[in-house]
Amino acid sequence: MRALRLILTGWRFHVKSLTLSAFFLLTSAIQPILFATMAYFMFRAGSTEQSLLYVALGSGLMGIWSSTLFGSGGAISWQRWQGTLEVSIAAPAPFVLVLIPITLATATIGLYSLTATLLWGKLFFGVPFDLEHPLLFLLSIPATIVGLGMLGLVLAASFVLYRNANAMSNLLEFPVWLVTGLLVPLSLFPGWVEPISWVLAPTWGVRAIRDAALGGGDPVGAILMSLGLAVVYLGIGTVLIGYFERLARERATLSLT
Amino acid sequence: MAVIEASELRRTYRTTTGTIRRRRVEVEAVRGISFEVAEGELFGLLGPNGAGKTTTIKMLITLLVPTSGSARVLGHDVVREAGEVRRRVGYVFGGERGVYERLSALDNLRYFAELYGVPGREQKTRIAELLDLVGLTGREKERVEGYSRGMRQRLHIARGLLHDPPVLFLDEPTIGLDPVGARELRAMIATLAESGKTILLTTHYMFEADSLCDRIAVIAKGKIVAEGTPQQLKGGVAEGWVVEIEVYGIEDVVLDRLRAVPGVRAVAVEERDQAQLVVVQTDSGQELTHALLSRMDGAAVGRVSSREPTLEDAYVALVGES
Ligand SMILES: Nc1ncnc2c1ncn2[C@@H]1O[C@H](COP(=O)(O)OP(=O)(O)O)[C@@H](O)[C@H]1O
Ligand SMILES: [Mg+2]
Repeated sequence: MRALRLILTGWRFHVKSLTLSAFFLLTSAIQPILFATMAYFMFRAGSTEQSLLYVALGSGLMGIWSSTLFGSGGAISWQRWQGTLEVSIAAPAPFVLVLIPITLATATIGLYSLTATLLWGKLFFGVPFDLEHPLLFLLSIPATIVGLGMLGLVLAASFVLYRNANAMSNLLEFPVWLVTGLLVPLSLFPGWVEPISWVLAPTWGVRAIRDAALGGGDPVGAILMSLGLAVVYLGIGTVLIGYFERLARERATLSLT
Repeated sequence: MAVIEASELRRTYRTTTGTIRRRRVEVEAVRGISFEVAEGELFGLLGPNGAGKTTTIKMLITLLVPTSGSARVLGHDVVREAGEVRRRVGYVFGGERGVYERLSALDNLRYFAELYGVPGREQKTRIAELLDLVGLTGREKERVEGYSRGMRQRLHIARGLLHDPPVLFLDEPTIGLDPVGARELRAMIATLAESGKTILLTTHYMFEADSLCDRIAVIAKGKIVAEGTPQQLKGGVAEGWVVEIEVYGIEDVVLDRLRAVPGVRAVAVEERDQAQLVVVQTDSGQELTHALLSRMDGAAVGRVSSREPTLEDAYVALVGES
């Protein structure tokens, strides 16, 4: 109960904090426009027989992933700079419960990116927005957010220990877009890529959202996979955070000085 | 039983310097510190910048693991029982950082109340009480970005008190405050001490330690060089005498020559507007003035005076010796 309360309060707090960040908002405002435009031209180039909405949903999810990736890591760096990382660790709450709301909040902010991509697509490129299973579509979104947020948790753990983990964030943006089928269909890749995609939550998130919107496939299965992976990430994240927190206290990387 | 017990605490930092040829360096920040703080005591850790005060505090509040030695707070080991320690201590450091800038004081306190495990139904009254205590009532809905240093510092204190901890660690809490703000904060610390909390305070201001603390440990270069009540520390220099010599430019060799004069305990230089003030602490009488001046040929000497030592001198002597 306490844990849930803490996660909820923390989530609200960090969503509010993020939406008040001019830099973060600017990136989230510009990125979707880029992504939607890219999606449109890729569609025009005719590399796929998929519908325009299929492509737009993929690019919207790219935005959620970017937001989670840079938001989760950035939030730790920012907190270290702000001096709140130490204050949070010195608090009696388990540190993983401090981090979960942060990564969930960054994934939630990414939702804006999805909405904006769809809106932009509809206004300028006439992307239709007809949903096959509206209810499942509504369910698939929080399931995706939770999946990505928990993947963000695993990443955030490493930011606690490494003061310059930013380089890693940059390395993880594009490959994850590719490997999870957000940018181009997975079928274009060699076979060994597929197992990698299975363990990454965005794969199932985009499937759930696309299948719910366009019909076909197995949206319920994809939602369950996304949530299942979230539980696995949570487990890995919790272990990593406990370990890295201890190491950070030994190596003195919780503050800047 | 002592509330805070530090025994032979040591902490080294490993860092690298140089961009092209990276070298590993080890900084021995704290080099074997032991002390005890009794229940309800206000204990001061007094020392110059870089003495190891923050490092010591961070080991005690579980943010740093000691390289060796051990410490306990209310009987709980700071490494093995970090959770127990965290529940029982409050931590406030000086300066601008440590709260979420973009949000209001109220948002910050609500969030931290959750982190510090304040039960939901008590949060509202607790936060209102604390806002009142630190004088932020009426401003609590404004964003912290727009707060003055003093207001931020008081918000820090409110945050540190949310879970009503019996033990408080205050790391240079008045740093960067204007004189009025600093005085108000000291008054608040005195009130907290009267209310029965055990407080460990660090400062590099002699007079602050003197006016607030029941007991002081002077720390320099990672070691405790003196410990006692302010009275006892003053006693240590009571029989000495201080000679102050104004000079216009002085070289280190000259200072070393002064230090070598028999009967000289410590020599320190204070920067003045146009000149420097060489403060020489001696064992006894004024007769040393002549001997000192005779070793200063080459330096342009201005006014020379002598006086009885103050607590400040005691501190300078202690820190200078180490
Ligand atoms: N994270 C760190 N990495 C390397 N050296 C550090 C670190 N933190 C402090 N130090 C060094 O340790 C010494 C003691 O620092 P500190 O405990 O902050 O002193 P104080 O609080 O008394 O000013 C200083 O020489 C400082 O430069
Ligand atoms: Mg310090």
